[in-house]
Amino acid sequence: MSQRPANADSALVQGVVLAVMAAFLGLVLILPMATVFYEALRKGWAPALEAIQNPDAISAIKLTLITAAITVPFNAVFGVCAAWAVAKHEFPGKSFLITLIDLPFSVSPVVAGLIYVLIFGAQGWFGEWLIDHDIKIIFALPGIALATIFVTFPFVARELIPLMQEQGVDEEEAAVSLGASGLRTFWSVTAPNIRWGLLYGVLLCNARAMGEFGAVSVVSGHIRGLTNTMPLHVEILYNEYDFVGAFSVAALLCGLAIVTLALKTLLEILQPQTRRPGH
Amino acid sequence: MTISIQSVAKSFGRFPALNGVSLEIADGELLALLGPSGSGKTTLLRAIAGLEFPESGQILFDGQDMTQVSAADRRVGFVFQQYALFRHMSVARNIAFGLEVRKGADRPSKAAIQARVEELLKLVELDGLGGRYPSQLSGGQRQRVALARALAVDPSVLLLDEPFGALDATVRKSLRKELRRIHDATGVTTIFVTHDQEEALELADRVAILNLGVIQQVGTPSEVHDAPANAFVCGFVGEANRLEGEVRGGRFRSGDIELASPGVADGAATAFIRPHELTRAAAGAGAFALTVERITPQGPVLHVEGRTADGRRLEAAFARAGGLGFQPGDQVQVAVERAHIFSA
Repeated sequence: MSQRPANADSALVQGVVLAVMAAFLGLVLILPMATVFYEALRKGWAPALEAIQNPDAISAIKLTLITAAITVPFNAVFGVCAAWAVAKHEFPGKSFLITLIDLPFSVSPVVAGLIYVLIFGAQGWFGEWLIDHDIKIIFALPGIALATIFVTFPFVARELIPLMQEQGVDEEEAAVSLGASGLRTFWSVTAPNIRWGLLYGVLLCNARAMGEFGAVSVVSGHIRGLTNTMPLHVEILYNEYDFVGAFSVAALLCGLAIVTLALKTLLEILQPQTRRPGH
Repeated sequence: MTISIQSVAKSFGRFPALNGVSLEIADGELLALLGPSGSGKTTLLRAIAGLEFPESGQILFDGQDMTQVSAADRRVGFVFQQYALFRHMSVARNIAFGLEVRKGADRPSKAAIQARVEELLKLVELDGLGGRYPSQLSGGQRQRVALARALAVDPSVLLLDEPFGALDATVRKSLRKELRRIHDATGVTTIFVTHDQEEALELADRVAILNLGVIQQVGTPSEVHDAPANAFVCGFVGEANRLEGEVRGGRFRSGDIELASPGVADGAATAFIRPHELTRAAAGAGAFALTVERITPQGPVLHVEGRTADGRRLEAAFARAGGLGFQPGDQVQVAVERAHIFSA
């Protein structure tokens, strides 16, 4: 009999598990993605490019990029703050804060959008005051950005908390005992130790911010050329039976997500040397 | 720098870590804070560093009140058990850190910092390794870097938290000698925390023994070993056979063992007998029989484990010279040369 490690399963079991995984991934992930590109290019490159260059589409692409550009820096800063507070300090209500950070993951994005409508909408708490001062939040960029920030808030914090907890506070204490100020300690010790985790969280946050549909759908008002983001634009085109247009914009959205994930994978390859713990 | 700790108290939640601790540390002294885990020794060290702040009491450096001064302004060198080296910086930059964060005129020139780094690398015998990263060093080398980094700022006091705890026995031994050498070379007042009594006794000028947030005894290694202040110190420092018994009229009695116990109040008491304080004797007054079970050579002595007639286990250390003339299973007569007896 040939010898094999005790934890190695038989070739048959391995093969079956792998086959099931491959079939599942193919059916649920790869096939739909392929369909998007197939449908987009069904009538050739010209109609697809035309759909993307349509003024409404360009406006949707712009709005999506602007929303991501507002959301990602905001959540990066607040995610670092939240992770820093949770991982490096002890304070009453800490577990409550951790639960709160997870809230956007557990609340349906539609509900998140509705909350903002209830607060800032015309019939909402601040509705009248906002109309009096001619400030538009709902059915405008501020509302879309707020809803997106809400939905993508946990990504950076969730990525950093375990990393910072694992690193502990020894290095920070060492820096302080050597005479470094709090700010200097953060920039010289804390920040370099979390840079890869932060980048990773930012990329995930970015991918989600560009793709968010539910919350944005509630607060946007679907005004063509004004408050439509890419996911909303895809829906409108699809409902109008413009399949080539819908799938072309969807393919572009997929492309952005794939670029983000490729960057993420690249980071994972680059990262091990520096992430190795110092002891 | 002299350090004066006056009735310092600190608790974590409902758990009191320090219960009114007072301690004087002389300039240039090498002091060990010794105690079991949870005794408050690390909390005391961190309070001296300014990494914890006491709820009451004072900490004075050279007579100056430092109780509320932040760690950054105390100019202490702190060495952590897990090294706490900056993992993304080279060894040289780790050592230079304390000098580079200084502001304005306090900050030495680039060349001066580099010279200081070289000097410290030489002191801790790591010449030529300045360009390495912490992950490329062994545990012992990392702890040397941590020591050099702490010394770079010319600290008024060097504080070490279980500095050898994470190292294997051989490295620990050599690094102990190293610390003593560096202390003698720099003359900096040094306090280190340890739970290893052997380490404390071997290395320190004086040892402060803590238990339950209270200092039990402060003294030279021979004082705490040979004249323990209480039962805790006696049981914690050095090996000892522990006998529970009773004192009546200046005599301690435990089974068929009877010892003189001048000055100990009547009632339940504990006697501690160090293995080397059990000697072989002729049968007669004060001597009792020990049935030998196991003999282990330990350097110049033979460590003998045996049982008394009533079944209690005792350990003795007999000089190896001249042979013993008995084997496991034999009975020998022993007498207690000296015992430490404390009322329970």
